[in-house]
Amino acid sequence: MRAWLRQHRQALAAAIGKLTAQRAAAALNALVIGIALSLPAGGYALLSSLRVVTQGAALEPQLSVFLQVEAKRPEADALAVKLKNEARVREFRFIPREQALKELQSAEGLSEVVAALGRNPLPDAFVVRPRATDPGALEALARELRALPAVANVQVDSAWARRLGALAGTARLAIALLAALLAFGLVAITFNTIRLQILTQRAEIEISKLIGATDAFIRRPFFYLGALQGLAGGLVALAILWGSLLALNLGVAELAASYGSGFRLAFLDPGDALAVALFSAALGWLGAYLSVSKYLLEIEPR
Amino acid sequence: MISFSGVAKRYPGGHEALKGVTFSIEQGEFAFVAGHSGAGKSTLLKLIPAIERPSGGAVLVNGQNVGALKRAALPYLRRNLGLVFQDQKLLYDRNVFDNVMLPLAFGELATREAARRARAALEKVGLLAREKANPVQLSGGEQQRLAIARAVVNRPSVLIADEPTANLDAASAAGILEIFAAFNQVGVTVLVATHDETLIGRFARRVLRLAGGSLVP
Repeated sequence: MRAWLRQHRQALAAAIGKLTAQRAAAALNALVIGIALSLPAGGYALLSSLRVVTQGAALEPQLSVFLQVEAKRPEADALAVKLKNEARVREFRFIPREQALKELQSAEGLSEVVAALGRNPLPDAFVVRPRATDPGALEALARELRALPAVANVQVDSAWARRLGALAGTARLAIALLAALLAFGLVAITFNTIRLQILTQRAEIEISKLIGATDAFIRRPFFYLGALQGLAGGLVALAILWGSLLALNLGVAELAASYGSGFRLAFLDPGDALAVALFSAALGWLGAYLSVSKYLLEIEPR
Repeated sequence: MISFSGVAKRYPGGHEALKGVTFSIEQGEFAFVAGHSGAGKSTLLKLIPAIERPSGGAVLVNGQNVGALKRAALPYLRRNLGLVFQDQKLLYDRNVFDNVMLPLAFGELATREAARRARAALEKVGLLAREKANPVQLSGGEQQRLAIARAVVNRPSVLIADEPTANLDAASAAGILEIFAAFNQVGVTVLVATHDETLIGRFARRVLRLAGGSLVP
């Protein structure tokens, strides 16, 4: 066990030695891998930031039931009773016109407009969450509610949020596909780097085999080399992402401030950042494994 | 120890390098494999560590049929054999000491013990003072001695050398053979291929003479 650990330590040291001896080439490889990986990682970070925004939006279908402006509170209470007894309604919430006005006044740039109105133009309203979510059932319930006395209008909400959700899903899929494609690219880069390294060390491999080195012993430094190269690429990707978000946030902060929001594009959380680095190292190892499996067998002592 | 029984070797393309070669070498024996260039000396030696596989017959090393060994078993066979080549097969990107350390890197020895053993091997071939030198700084004879140090550092029971003196002057060649003789005296089986009849005559050991791929008297 001690000998096995020593051999791993030596293989790791040999791999680090190779990387430092060819630091310019190693840095370029890490840069190429880093740029490739920063694209899906950046997309993921962007979606994660947007998810925070969209989480506030209702993705489940809901109906907004607006009463007539002149409707009195007893009429609203009667409708509340009706909704409570309606089996197709899962829950509902009453929004008095005074509360609606307050919310409108608190919205950026509307307080002066509301003040200029002189009176509250908003009606009482109910936000209804139905049990069924299919469009047919929703429309039927909306139609029945519209026919009730004191109801001015019924609006089926959340369609836009669902569209946004679907768009985010498509974007996630696109990022996953991009990540998969670029992962192949990373494996190919490592495969080729290790192939060249094997060719460079052909004499050493041949001699090592002649004097009794096992295939595992010969392969080990190449695996470490591939994994280290992948890891370096992953760290470069994280650095690129961090720098890019820092620059983008200058503009985003200004834009968000104009909407009264403190929204910022967030960097990956520590777990995700670690996953990017480890995933990159694993892909580097895979590229090395494939390369070594193909080319090491071809080198035999003569 | 080493036994060839009706061994034949035919290379792709049809060239028959060995034909029905039969002999055996006992433990602790010192023997030359003699013959002109192309007689099959190198092929014969390459069959022992399974660098080449026989086309017919059997090659036994310590009772093990090396021709039938699986790929994964070859490193363990080769660790018990010390191999010396005409072109030394040294690594020129590391110093003398590290070249000798190479076979110990995949063994079980701790680093300190391995270093001690490498220096002992270098001392035996008279290169301890040059341990930090790069092999390119060594003369041909010194490079061959370095190759011998690397071959013996694992304390093999058999030492096999293919034309180890081919590129050396007479004095250096005799020096190399003296080193082999010294190892043989402590029980190591030695098999040396050479076409140098003067050297063979000088050391007066058993000679396996090859001509056209066959053993001749």
